[in-house]
Parts: sequence; structure tokens; C-alpha cells
Amino acid sequence: MICARLYRALCVLTVAALASSSVLAIAAASPEEDRTHLVEFFGKRFPGVQLDDYVYGALIANPGGRQQYEQIMEFPPFLGDIDKGKKIWETPFRNGKTFADCFPDAGHNVVGNYPYFDVRLDKVITFENAINACLRANGEAQFTYGDRQTMGVLTAYARTLSDGMRINIRIESPAAVAKYEAGRNLFFRRVGQLNAACAGCHIYNAGNVMRMELISPALGQATHWPIFRGGEELMTFQGRFKRCMEQMRAEPYGFDSEEWNNLEYFLSYLSNGLPLKSSVFRK
Amino acid sequence: MAETVPLTGQQLAHDVYKGNCLGCHQIPGDPTAISLANIGPPLTHMRERFPDRAVLRSQIWDSTARNPQTVMPPFGKHKVLSEEEIDRIVDYLYRY
Repeated sequence: MICARLYRALCVLTVAALASSSVLAIAAASPEEDRTHLVEFFGKRFPGVQLDDYVYGALIANPGGRQQYEQIMEFPPFLGDIDKGKKIWETPFRNGKTFADCFPDAGHNVVGNYPYFDVRLDKVITFENAINACLRANGEAQFTYGDRQTMGVLTAYARTLSDGMRINIRIESPAAVAKYEAGRNLFFRRVGQLNAACAGCHIYNAGNVMRMELISPALGQATHWPIFRGGEELMTFQGRFKRCMEQMRAEPYGFDSEEWNNLEYFLSYLSNGLPLKSSVFRK
Repeated sequence: MAETVPLTGQQLAHDVYKGNCLGCHQIPGDPTAISLANIGPPLTHMRERFPDRAVLRSQIWDSTARNPQTVMPPFGKHKVLSEEEIDRIVDYLYRY
């Protein structure tokens, strides 16, 4: 150990934290064991924080930031974008139908079931995939994945229809587990010039500060998309994956890539039982 | 083409796209080092902690060699910083 006396306590603490937290990094746990371990791990890291509060991300460790968030959310600056999405959602297709016709209960309380594993297609289906499937089924042109002006604002509105629904991701076959595992592997894999894994920050350093900003825990990360960064910049869940990979100086996978859909499946499963909350302000 | 002035060790240590030490560490002895980071230990008492310059240098060059679990990027091994830049950062850190 290179720690001098002054820092020995800190070093020991860090090593102990890594050792105890490596539980999720060891393979061969079931998805539900993973989720339970993560809830326990963060329960120790953030004592007193209720499970439902993880939808607030890093704000659980920042009461002042949480207060600011609540104030901004009373009249958020991004309402115009939500309205644009509402308009797209309600504008009839050429055949007279609308997006609401493609979903049970006119699209209310559906998002918590996404992503799901489609046995026949042997792939993970995201809510964005379901939006494009709806367009195809009605003879309309698909939206470009990752496009803020169409898919972005539409889902910013459509997801609000599921606010409060608890995430309910099902992994019920070995083939589904394989997709979950693929997402999990990406989460723990070091990528890019900066040699960083998602887990390095969002599990092992969640609640710590990177320069001036708190790092959010993986638990709850799937619950609140899209976000509006600085109140204005629409960013989808996969848009966040893209930004993260770019910041780690890795070559990002693409929107709707199998890699990111599987990652979304993994992260959404970890947030099972948490209430959805769209769209939200983030710094 | 204009000759670019090489960044100082301090500039390299603070720069987000270069050393970005402040992303993870505080440097309490440097009043211009604005950071609340607590991912890595504060960079202070560096001569006492790293009497051997080569050890400090290797920690920056590739800290995974010593600790495979670390989240610290291997700045030399992955060519985030040049060898000369790492030397200038080591000089800077030894001031604190």
C-alpha cells in the first residue's frame, strides 16, 4: 500500500468499499438477486432514503438541489416541448387513427412494461420501438431514433401518461436473461480512452462528487426520461448513454443498437417497482 | 503556424480535457483548484506520500497496475497525456 499514515484510514475505507460492493460484479447471480443486492448496497450508502426517492437520482444526496428541482418542476421551462409532443401524439395519421390506438388504455400506464423481451424476434423491444411499430402499422414513416424533434418530444409527452406507474420489467426465459446479461456486461465493461465502466461511477461512486457534481446511483436511472438538461436540452435515456460514452472517449453505439437496448433492459430491470416520472429537469 | 505554448503542470492538472485531476481529487494547497471532488483522495502532502517520484509518476501513467479496481484513467498508457505532460503534472503536484 502506498498510503502514508495520514491517508491510511481513507485508503482502507476505499478498498473495503470496493470489496463489499463487488458483489454485483460477480457473475452468475439472477437478475432478481442483482436487483436485491443493489437495493441493499445503496440502502447502506444512502441510509434513510426511501426506495421510491431513487427516481430523483443524485438529488437524494443533495437536499438543496432537490428543493431547487421541486421549484423548477412547478413551472418547468420545457413545457413547450411537452406540448409539441402532445400535438404529435394527438394528430391523426392519414388513416384517421392516432398513437393512442396502438396501446392499451390509450397509452396510459404502459411505459413501465418497456423494454420487454420479444420471444419471437429474440430481441429487446423499447418504448421507442413500439412508437415506430405503431407508425409502420398505420402506413406512416418511422421516426429517426434519437431525433429530438420527433421521437424525443413525442416520448417526452407519451411517457408522462405513465407517470406513477411502477416499472414492471419481466425476464422470464433464458433468452431474456441473455439480453439482460449482455446489458449488464456492457455496464461493467471498461470502455474508451478513459478506461471507465458505467458501474465505476454509478455504483461504486454514486453519491460522490465529480468536480462539482454529485454522481447518480444506477438504481432509479431508468425512471425519468427524457430529461431536460439545464431545463432546455432534451436528452433521452439512450442520448445519455451516447453522451457518457463520448465523455469516456469511447466510440458510442448507435441509437436503437442492440447493445443500448440491452443496457436499457438491464437498467430498467434494476429499477423494477419504482414509479415513473417524466419529463424532468436535470442540471 | 503559430507556436503553441505548452500548458503548465497546473493547467494540465486543472484542464477537463487533459489531466482533469480536479474531476476526482481536491488539491487543498492550491487556492485556484476549485473542486469538491471526493472520488480519489485529496492531493496533498505529496512528497511525504510519494517519496519516490517514479511511484507517483506510475500512478498517473497507469494506476490500474497497482489497483485493478481503480476508476483512475491510465493517462500515460492510453495517451491521454504525453510523457512530458505527466512530468509537468508530477512537478506541480510536488508543490503540495
